[in-house]
Amino acid sequence: MSEVLVLVDSSSLVDGKVSKPTLELLTIARRLGEPSAVWIGDPAPALETLAAYGAEKVYAVADTDVTGYLVAPKAEVLAQLVERTSPAAVLLPSGGEGKEIAGRLAVKTGSGLITDAVDVQPGESGGEGPVTTQSVFAGSYSVQSTFTRGTPVITVKPNSATPEQAPGAGAVEEFTATISEAAKAARVTGSEPRKASGRPELTEAAIVVSGGRGTGGNFEAVEGFADSIGAAVGASRAAVDSGWMPHAFQVGQTGKTVSPQLYVANGISGAIQHRAGMQTSKTIVAVNKDEEAPIFELVDFGVVGDLHTVLPAATEEITRRKG
Amino acid sequence: MNIVVCVKYVPDSTADRRFSEDLTVDRAGVDGLLSELDEYAVEQALQLKALGEHGTVTVLTVGPEQAADAVRKALQMGCDKGVHVVDDAIAGSDALSTSLVLAEAVRKVAAWDVVMCGMASTDGSMGVVPAMLAERLGVPALTLGSSVEVSGDAGATTLRIRRDGDTATETIEATLPVVASVTDQSGEARYPSFKGIMAAKKKPVETWSLADLGVDAELVGLSAAATVVASTRQRPPRSAGQVVIDVGGSGAQALVEFLSAKKFI
Ligand SMILES: Cc1cc2nc3c(=O)[nH]c(=O)nc-3n(C[C@H](O)[C@H](O)[C@H](O)COP(=O)(O)OP(=O)(O)OC[C@H]3O[C@@H](n4cnc5c(N)ncnc54)[C@H](O)[C@@H]3O)c2cc1C
Ligand SMILES: Nc1ncnc2c1ncn2[C@@H]1O[C@H](COP(=O)(O)O)[C@@H](O)[C@H]1O
Repeated sequence: MSEVLVLVDSSSLVDGKVSKPTLELLTIARRLGEPSAVWIGDPAPALETLAAYGAEKVYAVADTDVTGYLVAPKAEVLAQLVERTSPAAVLLPSGGEGKEIAGRLAVKTGSGLITDAVDVQPGESGGEGPVTTQSVFAGSYSVQSTFTRGTPVITVKPNSATPEQAPGAGAVEEFTATISEAAKAARVTGSEPRKASGRPELTEAAIVVSGGRGTGGNFEAVEGFADSIGAAVGASRAAVDSGWMPHAFQVGQTGKTVSPQLYVANGISGAIQHRAGMQTSKTIVAVNKDEEAPIFELVDFGVVGDLHTVLPAATEEITRRKG
Repeated sequence: MNIVVCVKYVPDSTADRRFSEDLTVDRAGVDGLLSELDEYAVEQALQLKALGEHGTVTVLTVGPEQAADAVRKALQMGCDKGVHVVDDAIAGSDALSTSLVLAEAVRKVAAWDVVMCGMASTDGSMGVVPAMLAERLGVPALTLGSSVEVSGDAGATTLRIRRDGDTATETIEATLPVVASVTDQSGEARYPSFKGIMAAKKKPVETWSLADLGVDAELVGLSAAATVVASTRQRPPRSAGQVVIDVGGSGAQALVEFLSAKKFI
């Protein structure tokens, strides 16, 4: 069976634990071949988990020429590994960085590229290569694609598979990549880390509770409610543009696309650009004081009311029930 | 500074977008326009140019006949010249071939310092063309900037962007020439003024074919695509659910009941 390369790096390690999207990628990789994790940095803290989720091999790539630069060196690492291993596919996480690495890799290897896959399955006859599913046009269509050329390069969105354990050998192989000077021309010269909210990651969460302009800038009710049901917090662009929430929390066309089990929109009108980021959620709930708000067209359940009274009351009731 | 700004002509995202029979995006049946996310790129290109005394902003699009509208809009906003790459063989191109054609067109635009792109096209929304273009042109990419600034002298100018990432806000820089892309956080794009609209009529627009770029038609278009769409399925519209009106706390109770019935609590 061919190898399937899965890019993971130190950013996949959150509080010393391998992130859920990485485990999802390994789970998907097993459908297509033998997963090989490509770990940039020291894989030691992650080895056990990577093997538990099916990594047969772990390529340990020294990070001296990679960290502090942008995506170009990582694309070179992958291209060199593709050449050496002729994998059945390369899987990457679907963030801004993953997509750019994938784009460069596709150019370097003359390969087909699919971004933001929400499902990846082996081809029917096995030999055909993977079949991907994407959600397009603001979630109004789903599209299945296949590859005709090169090594399939696929970026996969979080929550596209349920991580399943299946022990692999986890054999570590040091890999020394040659990084060109040109790849190091773009430099990260400053970084202000955002302080962790302690809440689930927006794109990975099973429940997302968002607030919009209707919060009037006070997110307390939204956050309190989110915490009572273990949800991540999101925001509309209006809330982000007003400076109430950082851009990383924005849901929509130019923010994050989320597809949780439950999405609760509070004080959000439901503009098409916002819908683009949330309308594939399984269950949608809205609280809005305007009965005519377009968000009510897509809800499973809606409350016409003031979020500043409805949410605290709901939070209190949930807390009471939990005892 | 000489800037090439890449803009895409896309189906209006507020209209009912769909696929045509060959499973490519229907670009004929739906009204098209300059991708609104590329307006931010045009704006930043114009602002960059204004920092210096000389310089030209060339707007570049690869797309069908109607894509001339996108070029015109960018000229009305203030770009100096336009380039429209149009060729029947390009229809159905994937990002791989689109970036190939764009790269050859950029090379043909004489002496450029910055190629400015939008964060993503509103139809394909892959957000990969800028990185692919940088890869092909062999220059650094500074992508997803929420602000852009320049420093340095004529010998070595540095472009610096700020990027609001998931875990950190980063400052990223490289020496020109570079490919850059900007987000909708970079600042509202200007509207064409009456003067701009009049002036645009006299601005030069060149139309290039694949032959003009020396690109082999076999390398682009639907038949050369490295991925093919096997099937598309329209998601069934969501059926409107139950909406209750909050009266004296009833809304919160009903909400909790709903969440509890669905086993969220
Ligand atoms: C290029 C582009 C990209 C965009 N990308 C995004 C994106 O990624 N994400 C995004 O969200 N938007 C995006 N937008 C913006 C989008 O068009 C809307 O402007 C935005 O979503 C509106 O945010 P909102 O619903 O919070 O505000 P509004 O539309 O102002 O709605 C506020 C709602 O709150 C309700 N309300 C007010 N007070 C209360 C209260 N006390 N209790 C309950 N309800 C109350 C009101 O009835 C109203 O429905 C984009 C726009 C453009 C042009
Ligand atoms: N056909 C095209 N013509 C000109 N520019 C394009 C084209 N396709 C993509 N781009 C540029 O690349 C950016 C990202 O596009 P995409 O990778 O398709 O999401 C866009 O915002 C444009 O700046």
